[in-house]
Formats: sequence, C-alpha cells, structure tokens
Amino acid sequence: MSAETLSGAARAHAERLRGDRLVDWGGMILTIITFGFALMAVFPLYWAVVTSFKSETAVIASGISLWPESFNTEAYEHIWNNTNIGQWYINSLVTSVVITAGVIISSAGCAYALSQLDFPGRRLIYVLILACFMVPMQALIINHFVLMAQFRLLNTWAGIILPQLIVPVTIIVYKQFFDNVPREFREAAQMDSAGHFRTLFRIYMPMNWGVTAALSIITFIGAWNSFLWPFLAATGEATMTVPVGITQVKDAYGIVYAKLMASAVMAGLPVALLFLIFQRRVTQAVMLSAGVKG
Amino acid sequence: MIRDKRSEYLAALVLVGPFIVIYGLLFVWPTIQMIALSFTDAPLIGPGEWVGFENYIDILNHRLFRNAAWNTVYFVVLTVVPNTLISLAIAMAVNRLKGWQQGFVMACFFLPYILPVSVVYLIWNWIIDVQYGLIQYVVRPFNGGEPMSLTRTIPFFMPTVAAVTIWWTLGFNVLLFIAGLRNISPEIYEAASLDSAGRWRQFRRITWPLVWPVTALVLTIQLIAQLKIFDQIYLFSIGGRQDPTIVMVQYIYKLAFQQNKGGEGAAAATILFAIIIILSVLQFQALRARGQK
Repeated sequence: MSAETLSGAARAHAERLRGDRLVDWGGMILTIITFGFALMAVFPLYWAVVTSFKSETAVIASGISLWPESFNTEAYEHIWNNTNIGQWYINSLVTSVVITAGVIISSAGCAYALSQLDFPGRRLIYVLILACFMVPMQALIINHFVLMAQFRLLNTWAGIILPQLIVPVTIIVYKQFFDNVPREFREAAQMDSAGHFRTLFRIYMPMNWGVTAALSIITFIGAWNSFLWPFLAATGEATMTVPVGITQVKDAYGIVYAKLMASAVMAGLPVALLFLIFQRRVTQAVMLSAGVKG
Repeated sequence: MIRDKRSEYLAALVLVGPFIVIYGLLFVWPTIQMIALSFTDAPLIGPGEWVGFENYIDILNHRLFRNAAWNTVYFVVLTVVPNTLISLAIAMAVNRLKGWQQGFVMACFFLPYILPVSVVYLIWNWIIDVQYGLIQYVVRPFNGGEPMSLTRTIPFFMPTVAAVTIWWTLGFNVLLFIAGLRNISPEIYEAASLDSAGRWRQFRRITWPLVWPVTALVLTIQLIAQLKIFDQIYLFSIGGRQDPTIVMVQYIYKLAFQQNKGGEGAAAATILFAIIIILSVLQFQALRARGQK
C-alpha cells in the first residue's frame, strides 16, 4: 500500500469525523424544526379547544390569549341544552356501529369464501370489487337518494346506513390475511368435521383478530366522519349525525365562536380519543387499506 | 365427493350472500339507474321522458359546468403535488426521530386527518374569520392594514381551502411515506456516507428513486380523491357566492338537489364517473406494469 492511498484514506476518515459532528448539530436543529412544525400542525386544534372554554366576550376581546382566564363551560352547556346534539350523538353512534358491524361481517364472510372456497361466480365477484374500487360513490348520490326515497328510508337510520355499507377495501385486506393462514389449520378443522362457518369463526377470525380490530376502528371512524351522504339523507334535525348537525349551529346563532368551537370539540372528540387510544391500530389499518405494508 | 362440493357451494352462497345483496342493490343497480336517468328529463324524484343525449349536450354548453370542471382541475393542481412534496419532507424529518419523539410528532401531524370535515371547517372558519380570526394578524400587513375575508374574496377561496385540505390530509401521506422510507435498507445510506455523499446527493440518488413507488401511489390516490372533492368547498362557500367556486360534485348536487333536475344531474354524474374510471384504470394498469417489472 503506497503512502498516497494511506493519506487519502486518512483524509476521508477525518472528513467523515467532521461530517459526523456536522450531522449532530444539523440533526439537533432539524429535530427542533420538526417539533416546531408538529406543534404548528396541532395548534389549530389547541386553539379550538381553548376558544371553546372562553366566554363569548373573551373570544372577541383584542389580543391573543393562549389560555382562558377562567375555564368557562358555558358554551358546552349551551350547545348541549339548545341543540339536538344528544340525539345527533345517538344517531351517529347507532349508524356508525351498525355500518362497522355490517361491513366487517359481510367482508369477512366474502373474503373467506374467495380465499378458501371454490365456487362458480368467483371471478364475477372479483370484477365487482375491483369496479367498486374505481367508481366514485359521490357520483351515485342521486340514485342512492332516489332508491332510499323509494324505500321510504330518507331521514331514517337505515337510510343513512345502507349506502355506506360499501367498503370494498375491507374484503381485499381480509382476503390477503386469510390467504396467509396455513392450510394445516383448515385441514385440521375439517378432520374434526367442523363446517366452514365454524372454521371461519373459530379459527380464521380469532387468528386475525388484530386485523379485525384495526379494520373495525377505521371503519367506525370513517362512518362517524362521513359527511356527504348523511347530509343528503338526513334533512330533519332529529335524524342528523353529529358532523352534519354541527354545521347547522351557526345559522341559528350568528357569530358565536366559543359555542361553535364547543360543538366542533364535541363532534371530533370521540374519533380523536379513538385515535389516541388505538394509535397503532389506526395507522396499521390506514396503511393496509392503502396497500402499503407497515 | 359430490355432497362435499354441494356443501361447499352452499357455504359459499351463504358467506357471499350479504356481499351480493349489498353490492347489487347499492352499487350495481344505482350505477345502471344513473346512466338510464341521464338520458331522461326526469326531476330528482319521479318519472321522465327519454331525451337522448340532450342532457349531455346541454351540460357541456353550460357555463357552470365548465366552471366546475375548471375549478376541480384547479383544486387538484393546488393540492396534489404540494401535499405530496410537503408530506415527503415531513416523513423524512419524522423518520429520523426515534422513540417517543417520533410517536409524538407523528401523532401531531396525523391527528387532524382523523377529524370529521365539518370540524375542520369550523376550526378554520374561526381562524380565518374576517373580524376576530388569528389569520388576520398575518393578512392585515399585506392588505394595507385592512382585514380581509379569505373565503369571500374569490381569488383566495381555492388556495385557502386547498391549504386547509393539505393541513387536514397530509398525515395520511406522511404515514405512507414513512412506511416507504423504512423499507430502504440503512446499509445503502452507510455506503453512501462512506463515499462522503452529501445530504442532497443522498436524497437525489437514493431516497427519491427508492421511495418513488410510494410517491406514485400517494399522487394517484390524491388525484382521484380530489377529483371527488365536495365537502370542504361546499362548507366554506355557505353564505357566500357559490357559483364562482363550484366543483364537479357540487355541480351534480346543485343540479339534482337544488334545481330538481335529476336527468341533468345524472348526466353530470355520469361524466364524472367516466373520467374517474378512466383514470383509475390507467392507474391500475400502471401499478400492474410496475409490479411485473
């Protein structure tokens, strides 16, 4: 080895050391910037919560006060007492739970059949799922509305629920997981002469309960948050869901931001809590639905 | 053996039954009905006469339709690429953090995505309020000391709603990008830093090409999602002039639900339907082509 290459290697080594020191400083600044942006991203949510605990006069006082002088729950009491929000909560809860149960059960059954059984019409079902992926549900609002009107289901829970039962991605995710269940499990179950339903509910579902949990949470959040269809299907205040109902508060009271923020917090809190408690499941479900492995 | 087959068919029928009923009744049937309705002069609810392609011709000559088509494209331009680039930058910044720091920062960026659109609307409508909104502290110096309504000033409407939409949805994209970044082996970066490649070169030569499949996925998911935009645009335009900022789904809504023109609404819906299907098929083909490579 010549002296030249040796000194070259030494120089590279020294450069790398210097590089490492630079990375440390740069890294620290980058971390601080990242935290700064993260706090900026949640700041609107913080600001909404703070506003909701102020009195209406404090809200429009000049200057920025990042902390309420006294925690004032007047806005919440007002929303609770003067709107149908109690009823909206019940509507949202019932419709979201039924949608979640319906989507999970029908998807798991369909996915099991596609994954484990041989029957005529399998290809047709594939085509249907794939087509459904591509079709914008927003284009079908008119005919969903006509159909629900024909069934006399407008302004009912069933009318809000039915068109939202279409979530093809859940079937695809379940099928992927059922495909990966080792064959021996199914064969063992059949030796026990367990029927397909027992095999599904005693083996396949329990083995994949994590996926079921993740998909249930994300389906529930999606149903709770959905706006366009409930907005069309529920025109009476008594049948509105929370996200639709809170957009009606404004018309009734003019500029009352503490009350509006209280209604926003009340509408967002259930899903925000679900996310904060089940963060891992939610992110897992989002990635599974997008077809990305986490 | 034949008994076995028959029991398998029966089990399949029962398991697939709910799917068939739901998708047949609420997907296949409405789709057929939409196309049929688009060739009639029917109101939203009630019978109508066959009018051939008249609705399509009317709509394509409608100023409002061109407005809606243009605004939808404009909204796509304002959101899709900026959102993707911002999300990639955030994902790279989040990805180098560890432990609680990463969890905390990720939660901050993702939390807005989990909220209902009407909550997002209410919060931002308060922040941009013309009299008392926080944003006016930023707007006033640029507007000669005067406050300005960002959603009632037509040229600012789309950019404002686009910015709110990016804030709302970027958590989703960040999540996908982080998954993509984690799949890049750290050894590649180690080798690159041994070659004393700078940060920018590492990004250009390693990160960008290797994360490109995720970038393409994020771009297409957003493109299709934003073509179906309605909620935010509609909510922010309540109480203002809606026509200058109308988008495609809002146009369908207006025709069918506000003007009671079911046939024309269905024709507009069919046009949107066709555009999105064509794009989706192209996307699907592109993904498949990549999968085969």
